[in-house]
Amino acid sequence: MSQNENTTTTTDEGGTDPQTDDEKLISTDVTTGEESARAAATSRTMVEARGVDVYYGDLQALDDVSLEIPEGKVTAMIGPSGCGKSTFLRCINRMNDLVDSARVEGDLLLKGKNVYDDDVDPVALRRQVGMVFQEPNPFPKSIYDNVAYGRRIQGLEGDMDEEVEKALRRAALWDEVNDQLDKSGLDLSGGQQQRLCIARAIAVDPEVILMDEPASALDPIATSKIEDLIEELAEDYTVVIVTHNMQQAARISDQTAVFLTGGELVEFDDTQKIFENPEHDRVEDYITGKFG
Amino acid sequence: MSNEPADMDLTGDRGSQTVREGIYHLVFFICAAVSVLTTIGIVLSLAGPAFGLFGGSGFFQDVSLSEFLLSTDFSPAIKPTVFGVLPLVFGTLLITVGAAAVALPFGLLTAIYLSEYASSRRRAVLKPLLEVLAGVPTVVYGYFALVYVTPILDAVPGIELGTFNALSASLVMGIMIIPMVSSISEDSMSAVPDSLRNASYGLGSTKFDVSTGVVVPSAASGIASSFILAISRAVGETMIVVVAAGQTARFPGSATELLNSFFQSTQTMTSAIVQLGLSDLAGGTTAYRALFAIGLVLFVMTLVLNLVSDVLVRRYQEDYE
Repeated sequence: MSQNENTTTTTDEGGTDPQTDDEKLISTDVTTGEESARAAATSRTMVEARGVDVYYGDLQALDDVSLEIPEGKVTAMIGPSGCGKSTFLRCINRMNDLVDSARVEGDLLLKGKNVYDDDVDPVALRRQVGMVFQEPNPFPKSIYDNVAYGRRIQGLEGDMDEEVEKALRRAALWDEVNDQLDKSGLDLSGGQQQRLCIARAIAVDPEVILMDEPASALDPIATSKIEDLIEELAEDYTVVIVTHNMQQAARISDQTAVFLTGGELVEFDDTQKIFENPEHDRVEDYITGKFG
Repeated sequence: MSNEPADMDLTGDRGSQTVREGIYHLVFFICAAVSVLTTIGIVLSLAGPAFGLFGGSGFFQDVSLSEFLLSTDFSPAIKPTVFGVLPLVFGTLLITVGAAAVALPFGLLTAIYLSEYASSRRRAVLKPLLEVLAGVPTVVYGYFALVYVTPILDAVPGIELGTFNALSASLVMGIMIIPMVSSISEDSMSAVPDSLRNASYGLGSTKFDVSTGVVVPSAASGIASSFILAISRAVGETMIVVVAAGQTARFPGSATELLNSFFQSTQTMTSAIVQLGLSDLAGGTTAYRALFAIGLVLFVMTLVLNLVSDVLVRRYQEDYE
């Protein structure tokens, strides 16, 4: 698989609509189409993978993955179960370090800095790259303490009450919980718990927020609230979301990466292009539900 | 076809099956009832001689409740006899505090190590080894305290120890109950879901942050109940104090005396019961019946501790899922 850079990037037409303001692309072939022609040089690359391989013991979970995730956008990773999309996500904040058998090769750059360099402390890295997990996992603490937790361990300055309120407002949860901040986070509904987890992640103001199927355990109404929230978060953060729900990826993401079996990144392009006119037949088959 | 009676027997083998189920039910019930009935029997056998429930004179007919509960003297053998339980309660608390001061921190930190820091291979070796500590007979601990620990502590400059003293008995008792704290605490820490650890790591926590900020608070109910069970065990422990702590009932009149009590011979409720039971006191004397009254106080104390532990576990048990 080749990773030719998109060669059509030329001019910035100054598009103000974030939905059409496309990014510099990495795709398997030369991309065409007006959308990508406008691919703006306005957005920098936040995360760049260069030939990343991941092994769990003898099992190869990612095979030579290279892509560039733009700053301030929502990038979706889709693909069938076991395709390595979550593994890739967990490379970015080195959560794979916690798995004894995991081995990562290749370069993974955050704002140009290889996060697997010897001088990188995964603890410091994770303070810049927050994560929201598949199952809502609030701590068995009060709502307030859940949000304040990250700021406390990181020793961040600032008025804690204000910061907690700001994060809860940002996560669209404040209006529902502002009179019960002492209540346990576990007493909330599943959707509220997940928004609490998002508030907890953004309270420490990371650069990137990784989301590993954040809505898969939620009902449709809670899911749609989370989706609205993700689109809003992209105004301030770079969001990378793994989802098995293709409609979700189509609705909320600017860029989509399609992983297929064997840990192979088959196609990475504008979401619209992926869903309307993918380059690869295998991607089209997957998108249209012929397999996977 | 569908309206034909089915060619199968849905009645089961009702007769014999019902009888068999009934027998199983009865056997299980009897086994469960044995321990409950024993507890009731023990309470009655303590309360009987104490209050004279089953005829004869009871302890509390000879000695007033106020003397028993409020007097700071316990001298059952030398006339005029005084039966105040306070010195014995004090002795028990003294030993228990000493044991808890060793067992709670060491047990908790051990549990954190086993649950959060040790590799699974190391844990598999260490945990059973640690639990061996709990399997050593208590009389062995008693002589270990008397023969080894006391002389070693006595050699420390500034510490003057009696041959029998509360300090070495309580330290050794503390070591004995470490596995109780560490084992139950570790179980409850291991039960904390990894999703919470991941959440904490994802926010940029160190291992220490995860252990102290998430795992320990999340396992608080199990840890608290391990503490209480260990304390309850220390309150009821007999052999170590009989062998190593001596038989001098004392009640401190000042703070200095309180501190000095650790270095002197002391008597706990359990060792007083042993002394009263083994002495050549005639069966019908007040001194003999005192052991049942003391036993009752001991029973109530441990019962309350166990109930508190139960309540703690129930109230603070977090439903993680």
